[in-house]
This record gives sequence, C-alpha cells and structure tokens, in this order.
Amino acid sequence: MIRFLFKGLLRDRSRSLLPILVVTAGVTLTVFAFCYVNGILGDMIEFSAKYTSGHVKIMTRAYAENKDQVPNDLALLEVNDLISNLHDDYPKMEFVQRISFGGLLDAPDENGETKKQGVVVGMAADLISENTKEIERLNLDGALRKGRFPEKSNEVLLSDEFATKLEVSPGDKVTLITSTMYGGMSIQNFVIAGTIEFGVQFMDRSGMIADISGIQNAMDMNDACGELLGFLEMANYDDIAALNVETTFNEKYTDPNDEFSPVMTRLKNDSIMAGYFEYMDGAVGILISIFILAMSIVLWNTGLIGGLRRYGEIGVRLAIGEEKGHIYRSMILESIFVGIIGSFLGTIIGLGFSFWVQEVGINIGEIMKNSKMMVPSVFRAHITPTAYYLGFIPGLFSVVLGTMLSGIGIYKRKTASLFKELET
Amino acid sequence: MEQNSLININNLVKRFPVGKGEFTALNGIDLTFETGEFAGLVGPSGSGKTTLLNIIGSLDTPSDGSVNVIGQDIANLNIKKAAVLRRQHMGFIFQTYNLLPVYTVYENIEFPLLLLKMSGSDRKKAVMDALDWVGLTDKIKSRPAQLSGGECQRVAIARAMVKKPELVLADEPTANLDAANSHNILKMMAKLNKELKTTFIFATHDDKVIQYLKRKISLEDGKIVNDENVINKGE
Ligand SMILES: Nc1ncnc2c1ncn2[C@@H]1O[C@H](COP(=O)(O)OP(=O)(O)OP(=O)(O)O)[C@@H](O)[C@H]1O
Ligand SMILES: [Mg+2]
Repeated sequence: MIRFLFKGLLRDRSRSLLPILVVTAGVTLTVFAFCYVNGILGDMIEFSAKYTSGHVKIMTRAYAENKDQVPNDLALLEVNDLISNLHDDYPKMEFVQRISFGGLLDAPDENGETKKQGVVVGMAADLISENTKEIERLNLDGALRKGRFPEKSNEVLLSDEFATKLEVSPGDKVTLITSTMYGGMSIQNFVIAGTIEFGVQFMDRSGMIADISGIQNAMDMNDACGELLGFLEMANYDDIAALNVETTFNEKYTDPNDEFSPVMTRLKNDSIMAGYFEYMDGAVGILISIFILAMSIVLWNTGLIGGLRRYGEIGVRLAIGEEKGHIYRSMILESIFVGIIGSFLGTIIGLGFSFWVQEVGINIGEIMKNSKMMVPSVFRAHITPTAYYLGFIPGLFSVVLGTMLSGIGIYKRKTASLFKELET
Repeated sequence: MEQNSLININNLVKRFPVGKGEFTALNGIDLTFETGEFAGLVGPSGSGKTTLLNIIGSLDTPSDGSVNVIGQDIANLNIKKAAVLRRQHMGFIFQTYNLLPVYTVYENIEFPLLLLKMSGSDRKKAVMDALDWVGLTDKIKSRPAQLSGGECQRVAIARAMVKKPELVLADEPTANLDAANSHNILKMMAKLNKELKTTFIFATHDDKVIQYLKRKISLEDGKIVNDENVINKGE
C-alpha cells in the first residue's frame, strides 16, 4: 500500500512537485537565515571578545568585583611572569594586556598654554611590539583616517572627531592628565601618530588608543595591567573550550583568601554576553515559528488545491471501502515523504549558500568605502551542527500541518452523494 | 421475512430535507435479491433509482424500514463498518469510470486488493484473471488517459470484479458509451454473472441495458410499480 501511494505521488508531479518546492524554498531560507543570524551574533560575540572580554579574561579578584569602575589601582601585578606561565599552561592560546583608562586630554598652543581640553576615554594595547596582532584584532587597519600607526611608546591614535575638536593633527603634542595606579597625579605628554574613526558615538567623541607601554609608564603600572585577555586558537568562540580553560586556570591560580590573586571569567559569563547567547536561542525559535507558520499556510492551500484535484480519486477510494481515517493517514504519510525530500533538498541548498557566505562573506566595507574600527564590515554566515537538522523541523512540521488542515475535508465528505458526484 | 436472501428490504422509506420540509424519495420499498441475480432498477429520472442503489451499497442510510445486505443491517451500520462491508463484499461501477489517473490499468485493478491486504502473489493472479475477463491483458501498463471510453469502463468492471464480490452495483454504466461498447460491456457482465454467480444490480434508463436484465424493477415516484422476471437477449 505504501509503495502504491508513493508511486502515485511520484507520478503526479503537481501533487509532489509544488509542495516539495515550497518546502525546499522554506527550508533553504530557514537554514540560511539561521546560519546568517548565527554569523552575525557570532560576529557580535567575537567583536566583544576582541575589544573587551577576550574569549577569557583575567583580572584580580578585587578588580573583577568592581570591574565597571575600571579600578586600575587593583590591577594585576607581575604580569610578565603570569603570561609566561600561561604560555606553558595553554601553549595554543594568546594572552594580551589591556588597560582601560580615563582622564583629561589637553591640547597646548605653541606657548604651552591650554588651547583646548576634553575628557578622554582610552584603551591601551600592545601596538608597537614586533609580532603584535592587536592592530588587526582591533580592526584598526581600515579605520585610520590621518597619519600612521604608533611606532614609539609615546605615540597615540586619537578619534578623528576628537582630534578635530581639540584642533590637533598628527605630529602634534597632547597632554594626558590622569592618575597613577597608586592614586597620584599623572601628567604625561604624547604625540599624535594618527586619527581613526571608531564608528561608535561615545568613542568618536572622546576616544584614544595608546600603546600599552606608554600608558604603563604614565600610570606607574610597570609590569601591571588592568585586564589580561586570552584568545583561543579557533576564530569563533567555543564555550566548552573556554569553560575548560576557565576551570583549570581558576583551580591553579585563584586564591579565595587573596583578593589580588588572578581570576578568570569566560566570555559567556560576561553579563552582557550572556544576553546575546539567550538572544540567539530566542531568535532561532522565532525564526522557526515564522517559517512553520508561513509554509503551513502555503501548504494548506496547496493541499486544498490538491484535494480538489483529487476529489474524484478520494471519492472512488471511499466508495471502494477505504476508511476515511485510512485515506487521511495515507495523505499525511505522503506529506511526510514530501517533507523529508523537501527538507533534505532545502538543507543542502541552504547549507551551500551559507557556506559561500561563510567563506566569502558579504563585504559591506567595500560598499561603505571607509570602514570603521568598531563596526564590522564583513558579514559572514556561520554553520553550526544545528544547521544540519534545523530545517527539518519547519519542513516536516509545516507540510504535515498543511496536509492535516487541508485533509479535514475528507471527514466532511458524505458517502451518500458519491454516486452523484462521480457521475459528472 | 427470508433472512437467507442476499438482500432484504422491508418498507424502506428515504426522506431528504428540502428547505423547511422533506422530500420523500423512496416510499415503502419491499424487495429481496437472491445470489446471482442480474437485476435493474428502471424508471424515469427522479424516480429514486440512485437513492435506492446508494442505500443498498451502504453509502446512505434509510429514514425508515429495514435494509439487510449480506447479513448487515444498513440502518445501524457506522461509517467504519459500512466501509468494511463495501471493501469486502461489494464492487461499484460508475457512469464516468472514475479510474485513478496516475495509475496504470494493472494498478487500478490491484487497488481494491491492496485494501484487503491480499498477498502479492494472490493479488497478481487475481488481477491477471480480471484483466482476462474484460479482455485487456494487452493494456496492463496503459494509463486511463490512453484508453478509450469503452476500455476505461472495462477496467472499471475489472476493478469492481477483481475481489470476486457478492454484489456489484452499477449506476448508469453505459451512459457515456456508444451502442457497440454498451453491448460489449453488458455481455461481459452477463458472462461474469453467470460464471461467478455475482449479483448485479443496475440503475438505468438505457434500453440497451434493459435488454440484458433478467429482472426488471420499475420505480416511479419512489415506489415500485412493477417487478418482473424477463427472458432476455442474453439467454
Ligand atoms: N441529497 C438529496 N437531497 C434532496 N433531494 C434529493 C437528494 N438526493 C436525491 N434527491 C431527490 O430524490 C429524487 C430521487 O433521486 P435519484 O437520484 O434517486 O433519482 P434517479 O432515479 O437516480 O434519477 P436519474 O435517472 O436522473 O439519475 C429526486 O427527485 C431527487 O431530486
Ligand atoms: Mg440516478
């Protein structure tokens, strides 16, 4: 009987082809949209990793507790020793020092008097050592507007907008007024090497990027840094690997009785990022629901049209003595078959398309001419194992639901009128 | 009341709701059919032929009276049991053939046997026999669209006969056929009736069909006005 049904299904193109196409199209879109959202959220996560949280982040326990205030007086000490230990413990990972700081930036005139002054929000990273990847990691390359990258520890990058406001340009001197990590006053001169566009309003208003050694010097933070960011070898954040590093590190280095001992948190534990992860799950749920709904409606109608076409066939089957439930179930069986084929095709096409966007990416940087530091310019899809089966959920569900709805008509059919109906 | 007959109809009344009132399509029908009959319900349009055939075929239920078909009380049959009765004991032939268009001749005839869950080898033998009865062994692989009207109706006869049912019901089986084809299929059915002892009941007003009947039941306004055994052309 099943073979008999499938024979009919395969031969009757209009019964199989249209629903298969609908399912294929819907599943293709589902899979691609999933991979794309995955990619964007992955980019957001990666973005956060690069600028603020790393895949894992090491701070002192005291710093971690007050990290919103960026308490550099609670910074990690003897950082170089710690880094070399970390290289032994996690040889495949990379650890970089970061210091966030704030203060006043003073632009003097030729007499050394204050010309303009502004509040500065700064970040220090290793910009000048030979093998540093920080320029690339911070996406500075395309964001440079004037000048060049720092080559000496007293050279800095300033937001292009901020520089204009302070009426300074590359080559000019600025004075950073801030406090040392021990609470003293710090006044240090820097030279502007270049200007950049951050692409994020508050950073464009007052942003500065300095080399870590220059800031360590200015803030009396020799061999100290606020945060040590760790990056796993894979490009995308892997929570399981990060959890593993976090656990082993904390077992070895954290001393609950010493508030200056280092403690590690992984990206997912970062409060803002936790929201992203939940958002990702929610987005997938919404995505699937929308596709199930839309496809079900289309397939319901397809089923109704098919039901009209098969009116005679169903009538004969009822007359011959097939039970209504049996016919109904046989139609659902057919729809499962259609759903599997359509989902399979859709998944393959969707994955293929996603793979292309994953490898090549949609480069909006080229369209936008100048890229900005903190705005990702290439959108990439990201294929996860979930993408292999995800499309089957809306694919099967919608076609079965559509058939169940359109097939209800069978139960309303009166056998009493079969002879008459089948006579025309 | 003779319960041994194939079909027993007692004081059958069938009313249809029409607007606010009712229309009595069958009014006090008493009939019995024995195994092997070749009978026809004849009469003018609207006399109730199809309505009576529907009730005998368990496609509809009586409003009043009792109808017993092959041991089943039609009035008290739920749709499931009615389907079983039709599946196991009855064949239907329609005016417009109603073959399944995507299936071959062979598969169309095989279909009722699939519903009966007959084994593959039994099925094959039964289908080949049925094809032989209607002389279509050379059209096994054809689709209905490739057949003439007469051939289609022969496939429909084979489909009705393949499970060797006790009863075959045919409503205007010749209405869409020319004279030659009409005679052809009637001869075929008369032969099967004789050889397999299958009971045939027709609803028709076609004289060509009436010529072949062994029993002619005339209906008028839902009542039997005449019921006679006839010596027909086939004898
Ligand atoms: N479902 C129904 N509702 C209302 N009236 C009906 C219904 N079915 C049949 N009738 C009426 O019952 C009468 C008998 O109908 P039936 O179809 O049995 O006639 P028939 O003898 O088969 O006619 P024909 O030779 O034209 O096929 C007709 O007057 C018809 O209008
Ligand atoms: Mg009729």
